[in-house]
Amino acid sequence: MTTEPDSSADAAEQRGAATATAPPEDPPPAGGPAVVSAGKARVGTADLIFKNLTRTAGLGLLALIAVIAIFLVLRATHALSANTGNFLTTEEWFPNASPPKFGVAATLYGTVVSAAVAMIIAVPVAVGIALFITVYAPRQLSSFLGYIVDLLAAVPSVVYGLWGLLVLAPHMKGIQLWLNDYFGWIPLFDAGSVGRSLFVASVVLAIMILPIVAALSREVFLQVPIAHREAALALGATRWEMIRIAVLPYGKPGVISASMLGLGRAMGETIAVALVLPASFNISAHLLSPAGNTIAANVANGWGEANGIGRGALIASGLVLFIVTMIVNIIARAIVARRREFSGSAA
Amino acid sequence: MSTATVSGPAVDSGPDRLRLRGQSLPRWVPLAVAAGAVVVSLLIYLLTPVDSEIQIVLMAALGFVIAMTALSTAVEGGRRARDRFATTLVYTAFLLAVIPLVAVLVSVIGKGAGRLDAGFFTHSMNGIGARDVGGGIYHAIIGTVEQVLLASVLAVPFGLLVAIYLVEYGRGRVSRVISFFVDVLTGLPSIIAGLFILAFWVLALDQGFSGFAGALALAVLMIPTVVRSAEEMLKLVPNELREAGYALGVPQWRTILRVVVPTALPGIVTGVMLAVARVAGETAPVLLTVFGTNLINSNPFSGEQSSLPLYIYSQAGQPQQSAVDRAWAAALVLIIIIMVLNLAARLFAGRSRLK
Repeated sequence: MTTEPDSSADAAEQRGAATATAPPEDPPPAGGPAVVSAGKARVGTADLIFKNLTRTAGLGLLALIAVIAIFLVLRATHALSANTGNFLTTEEWFPNASPPKFGVAATLYGTVVSAAVAMIIAVPVAVGIALFITVYAPRQLSSFLGYIVDLLAAVPSVVYGLWGLLVLAPHMKGIQLWLNDYFGWIPLFDAGSVGRSLFVASVVLAIMILPIVAALSREVFLQVPIAHREAALALGATRWEMIRIAVLPYGKPGVISASMLGLGRAMGETIAVALVLPASFNISAHLLSPAGNTIAANVANGWGEANGIGRGALIASGLVLFIVTMIVNIIARAIVARRREFSGSAA
Repeated sequence: MSTATVSGPAVDSGPDRLRLRGQSLPRWVPLAVAAGAVVVSLLIYLLTPVDSEIQIVLMAALGFVIAMTALSTAVEGGRRARDRFATTLVYTAFLLAVIPLVAVLVSVIGKGAGRLDAGFFTHSMNGIGARDVGGGIYHAIIGTVEQVLLASVLAVPFGLLVAIYLVEYGRGRVSRVISFFVDVLTGLPSIIAGLFILAFWVLALDQGFSGFAGALALAVLMIPTVVRSAEEMLKLVPNELREAGYALGVPQWRTILRVVVPTALPGIVTGVMLAVARVAGETAPVLLTVFGTNLINSNPFSGEQSSLPLYIYSQAGQPQQSAVDRAWAAALVLIIIIMVLNLAARLFAGRSRLK
């Protein structure tokens, strides 16, 4: 999936070069000269109109992004100028009070930590699923499982949130208590009481992004040339060695970009987190305590009772989320692009 | 010399006297070890105070991995043991992942099916309190269908035009910038799309909450998906088809509209349906722009509407069992709609001539 754009972009460029010179300027050799000269002007305008129509759509997309950014910034600055706290370091969130005092520190912390923990849980398992489907499972079973994973990737997040709140959270109590009892000496797992914590939210997020990352990784692993795999096996490699020297290096950029997509989803996920977490505004290293909030969940929870400043404050925090996810995406693109340069022959 | 090397393997090929293949575990061993791990953890579950199902499952998985690795290291050794370890891990990861994913589906079906009757589909929540047993999703279905249709009408032609520009005309800086920002939009969290329409349409232009505002937010989310999938499909159209069109004197725009796009159409339709299935389940943008209501409002251009995801969210947030039951039933309906869209998309993909 990710290895394709490079080669097909080349193809598109060549094709573009061919079409740019061929149809408008040079008449097709087959046509008679009279027909061509008669048709030329008309063809030219129609082509120009269509080309500019598609071009306008493309530029419209850029305009859309610009408008998104401008309006979010406009609304946000209005609220930020009224803020009496430091927006980046304050943990409290009282935008509706007068004077308003709010900061994004606690929610940003919750966003990053819950997404990171979700990634730590989900990515290895997702790669395992993808390997199972592409390498280990019998052929007929593997295409069926591929369907199932694709379908699970489409289950809406509100359903995962509902399930996390009503089914998973009660079941998570035991394991959280156990972690607290035996690993409490690590500050991360130390908690006075356990409940609907950042850890539970992370597990819900992990389960939610698992099929997404697995489905994309599966597609990448499917593209590993059979010849590479057979060559490794023919040299006497065991199945694991074959995976290590043929499948994983080839699929690495794809898996990284799939993970980054999952990370973006996890950070931007609103409803599943809003349903699971009790909204509280403090930075705490104790993953298991029933506390925490994320930017997206805070927007969903808080905007109903927000006044003008409050809405502006929520939009400002949304802007922070936008920037963070954009940075993640850009890093993912950079990793994939650099990987492709190194493993140029594989692409 | 040459006869010796030829006859060499022939001698060894039978019963493996030189132990070239090494010792290996019989095929039933992994199954037996797995069964053993399950039994042991079940005993722990029944006999000790450890009573968390999740913990027991994790213990069984851990026990299986450790026992298999120990056995394999002892009997097979070295590279084979490492191979066995990887195999065990992959199988365990798969089984562990299947449990929660299947659990989600089972709980939705199990808890949702009971409330699914004709009345649930034909009634709104008008005058129904959280504690009351009745109520339905009629208004939410109307809202979802209208919002998603409007979003598709806005996003699909636009996305298709952008894809055509990127594939057929785009070269150089502009198209690279557009392509980059399509990626940025792909990663856009759905709540940002909602916030944007809230800031732009609802607050700045003062249009108020409406189904159309929700459709705008959903369209922002649909555009990148449509562009990307249409782009992939257009790139798959063989260049010979375009050249054949030009050779016959067909202008480029007609070649694109009459040859290239129809060839790629099944794939494009698949991409659009997957995009529709995705936005149909989006809650966050709809929450901020449509607001939600208990009444039937079939006019998407004025006044608050409801939608299925929004309905699930609002019902799930209430403590009463009757509200929670409604949430499960609505979740079941939403999943069924999305699965049907997905399956239909796959059927279309199967008809595609491009591979």
